[in-house]
Amino acid sequence: MGKQLTNRGKEVDRSPMTFLESIYLWNIIKGMGITISHLFKKKATINYPEQKRSFSKVFRGLHVLNRDAEGRENCTACGLCAVACPAEAITMEAAERLPGEEHLYREEKYAAKYEINMLRCIFCGLCEEACPKDAIYLSETFAPANYSRKGFIYKKEDLVIPHPIHEKEAYEKARGGRVEINKKD
Amino acid sequence: MADEVKQEAPVNFKVTIDNITIEVAPGTTVLNAARQIGGDVTPPAMCYYSKLEGSGGKCRTCLVEIAAGSEKDPRPMPKLMASCRTTVMDGMVVKNITSERVQDARAGVVEFLLLNHPLDCPICDQAGECHLQDLGYDHGKEGTRYEFKRRTFEKEDIGPFIQLHMTRCILCYRCTYVADQLTDKRVHGILDRGDHAEISTYISKAIDNDFSGNMIDVCPVGALTDKTFRFKNRVWFTKPVDAHRDCDKCCGKVTLWNRGDEVLRVTARKDTWGEVQSYDNKPGWICNTCRFDKKKTSDWVIEGVTNINRHSVIAQNKYNGLVVPKETITDVMGGRDPKLLMDIHDVSDVNDPSIDLSLIEGPATSKTFEKKEE
Repeated sequence: MGKQLTNRGKEVDRSPMTFLESIYLWNIIKGMGITISHLFKKKATINYPEQKRSFSKVFRGLHVLNRDAEGRENCTACGLCAVACPAEAITMEAAERLPGEEHLYREEKYAAKYEINMLRCIFCGLCEEACPKDAIYLSETFAPANYSRKGFIYKKEDLVIPHPIHEKEAYEKARGGRVEINKKD
Repeated sequence: MADEVKQEAPVNFKVTIDNITIEVAPGTTVLNAARQIGGDVTPPAMCYYSKLEGSGGKCRTCLVEIAAGSEKDPRPMPKLMASCRTTVMDGMVVKNITSERVQDARAGVVEFLLLNHPLDCPICDQAGECHLQDLGYDHGKEGTRYEFKRRTFEKEDIGPFIQLHMTRCILCYRCTYVADQLTDKRVHGILDRGDHAEISTYISKAIDNDFSGNMIDVCPVGALTDKTFRFKNRVWFTKPVDAHRDCDKCCGKVTLWNRGDEVLRVTARKDTWGEVQSYDNKPGWICNTCRFDKKKTSDWVIEGVTNINRHSVIAQNKYNGLVVPKETITDVMGGRDPKLLMDIHDVSDVNDPSIDLSLIEGPATSKTFEKKEE
């Protein structure tokens, strides 16, 4: 036997089997004993679609673009999320708010286009951390599966949270009981 | 007697700044002497601009402690001095980063400058190359103690090329010196006094001087920004490239700020101190034609990528010596092009090839993007 790194190694017993061992009955009974004992133990799994596990407080799922209490988009396309993104998954294009669009966007400048490539995203949450406007949050939703790559380029219509006044239920659901909107403004 | 003194007078003055001794010509300001040393000992300056005569003495960020006035009179100066306006004396000892008084005073000055300055960096086009941002990071306090309403102004349109945001102005007067010294007809100055003082054109006259665009370059904050670049991209996502063209009005040496091949913005080249670069001791101001009208790559002769300080946010996500791997699909497929290859423009709306942002005059609006969808 060669040099051992731990004391956990066991030498293989190569002596010929006795009669009792050669009919395997005892070993089968021993193995079934382990199997049957598990029937009476607590299950490690849950019945997924019916039951769901609760999320950890720091769970990072799909992104949402937040709105303020009046339903205006918070994002001003400052680009800090994109520059913070280690996977370079976020791109955007800004536009100026025209007179009459004040109910849509909170600031003078807004993100006319905002895209996250979910294939690149590593869900690190640095975008959330970088955002000075409380605009982007990582929600409690998993990234869903899709048949084509095209479905993973998330645009603004996929990201912006439902309107808090007009679509109250959907908004509460999207918030997931975790995202706090900025009530100071 | 007078002759004797003249002979004894040294050609150069010896001045010690933060324990570093340097010889400079008489008449040099402390700030310029520190700039000759360079590095951390150089006091920051928001209003002083070496290429503009008479600038300086307004913002007080360059305050230094004079620990010894001169060799002949080594008494310290009782108050902190503005280094951009104080000329050196022989044997002068200056303390900048080694003086706690200066650091404390500078934090106070930053606080004063930020009293009325809005916190709209996420919207401001200057963010990323803003001197006040840098100053705030280096010398400012973490929070604000100000509890009152910030000073606001009526919005004013000062022409098709320059966007004025008076709320962001720190009244450094640099732009009025540009108007005064670079253009023949000054139509742009400071109205009112004290807290009401504001930069404006006289009776809202549009600025149409050929060199008025240089106000954008000298402005240390985002008070004067390029309207043709407004909201088109963040500074740190654009790629700065040195370029030149034959211009009959100016030196034609500029920095282009590109997105791909689109020239989103043209500025003069900047030196270490954030000022316009000089060529043969002449500041390289650029004319409005170069700045606002030449927004095509074909207008320019590209010289190469601009050298940006590694610590600047503009240097982020720029890859030096990027090697793009060779496309091998056609080789593997026996010379045939792949039938299914995703073009990112089929999926992504950003950077749409049918909308050239550089050719839109003002900022993009919802109308710009509507047209495409029809």
